[in-house]
Amino acid sequence: MSAQSGSVRVGRGGRRVAKTSIYVLLTLYTMLALGPIVLIVMNSVKTRKAIFDSPFSLPNAETFSLKGYETVWERANFPRYFFNSFTVTVVTVALVLLLGAAAAYALAEYRFMGNTFLTLFLAVGVMIPIRLGTVSILKLMVTLNLVNTLVALILVYVAMGIPLAVFILAQFFRHVPGELKDAARIDGAGEYRVFSLTLPLVKPGLAAVAVFTMLPVWNDLWFPLILAPGESTKTVTLGVQLFLGQFVSDWQAVLAALTLAAIPILILYVIFSKQMLSGITQGGVK
Amino acid sequence: MTAKSTNNDVVKGTSAKRRKFPRHVIVFLGPALLVYTVFMVYPLLDSLRLSLFSDEGAFVGLANFAELLPGGSLSSSFWNALGNNLVFFAFHLLIQNPVGLFLAVLLTQQLLKRGRGTYRTLIFAPTVLSVVIVGFIWQLILSPLWGVVSTPLLGLTSTALPTLSMMSVWQFVGIPMMFFYAVLVGIPEDLIEAARVDGASGWKIFWKIIFPLLLPMLGIISIITYIANLNAFDLIYSVQGALAGPEFSTDIMGTLFYRSFFGFQLQSGSTAMGATVATAMFIVILIGVLIYLFAWARRVESYEL
Repeated sequence: MSAQSGSVRVGRGGRRVAKTSIYVLLTLYTMLALGPIVLIVMNSVKTRKAIFDSPFSLPNAETFSLKGYETVWERANFPRYFFNSFTVTVVTVALVLLLGAAAAYALAEYRFMGNTFLTLFLAVGVMIPIRLGTVSILKLMVTLNLVNTLVALILVYVAMGIPLAVFILAQFFRHVPGELKDAARIDGAGEYRVFSLTLPLVKPGLAAVAVFTMLPVWNDLWFPLILAPGESTKTVTLGVQLFLGQFVSDWQAVLAALTLAAIPILILYVIFSKQMLSGITQGGVK
Repeated sequence: MTAKSTNNDVVKGTSAKRRKFPRHVIVFLGPALLVYTVFMVYPLLDSLRLSLFSDEGAFVGLANFAELLPGGSLSSSFWNALGNNLVFFAFHLLIQNPVGLFLAVLLTQQLLKRGRGTYRTLIFAPTVLSVVIVGFIWQLILSPLWGVVSTPLLGLTSTALPTLSMMSVWQFVGIPMMFFYAVLVGIPEDLIEAARVDGASGWKIFWKIIFPLLLPMLGIISIITYIANLNAFDLIYSVQGALAGPEFSTDIMGTLFYRSFFGFQLQSGSTAMGATVATAMFIVILIGVLIYLFAWARRVESYEL
């Protein structure tokens, strides 16, 4: 996995300089990328005085304080927000995978009237942001009596996720060898059975789609703000946004809330980063 | 887009008895098409329609759009937001892309023996965070109260928009980095080696061989960024509020859309004007996509490696 993109041709001494500067530059940029996050997490467990007097030093026995977290715990319903975000994200990803895979399979596998049209019809959605339809989405949700429900969010996010899912998965389904499916059919498997046998063969595609669907849903502020701003349906992103707005002057609470919102996603990211990044590069190249 | 004719019905009937919609095709496609059509396609089309009607439901033709043009009630807000939005995009185009490319080139150097995966993972980390969190993190760090920076960068009309743009660049630089990285690792080593044997310098190899191979990806990244930027809202709303202060200096299309639809303080909300601004955003995005397709994608050659 390495390409020599323009490595400078130099002598042994020059090589060492070049190598060192590559490491130095990458390390510096990594510090720029992580520094702000570390600064927030570190200061979230310090006393108010220490946050302002010595923002760059680690907390010690004297400056350690969890008061910010206590405030967050008392004043905001974070477990509820997490539960809502979790429900919306998991249900959305499951539905996008199921509906997206079935549709992609049909488009890649069968020849029928309107196949090309439907493929294009779905592909258009990859390029157009669903937010532009917000006015009518809200009207629709009011009519369906779904405002301030998680169902409203899930329906919108599933609709938003399907085009890219179909687009990516259809590519993967086209690469599944036909003999395999024909063999199953000769053994008497019905079309639904053949589909379920094909699914495990496109796992990398499903993983990529799961990642692409999950992050924008978990991180979205727009639709929770417009469709489900009620206390019982607030997602983490909206909950944090409102909490931070109210408690701007309480730095300990703000830092704690930011840490609470950032850490779960960062932990998930570290666990799944390999799959995620390869999903991005695969999706990008295909 | 050639579908294989492995389906029994199709194989038996070849072309003469090709059924229109076998039942299982409907079962497979139906649910996805239904949700997509009802909750995405219909609202988008209905928004376009609503932009031609008044709030009371009377057909007004293009009268709503006249409000966006010089002399109209929303004209100054609209052009201010559009201009700011293009500045916001320019920062991404001119800083995020080159920095992303530079990092990708560093990551693919052969001299980099260890830690490639770790650097990649760590540099990409901010991208997975919510824009709301990123906005607040930087708001705290840049707050004069904390004293890390003494100038109130987010409070001055001259510096607020560039500062917000740079926050967004900071967060999303991982995306061009990963896309460029994917292209760079796909360039065969023989190609570079051949040029080197011919005596080309590293600099020349980059500009004459590698860079042309990156151009199609540069176009894709730029258009994705353009669409995302014109659709941005969360960052400005979290950091500066719906009024996109100071004095609307950070107002972009997303925040203007929000205010025209829901209203804010003195401005009253309007379904018609919300739909009109959304339609205008759609047109602006479409113009960008057309420029990409006709002025860029057609002229830039892609090479099969």
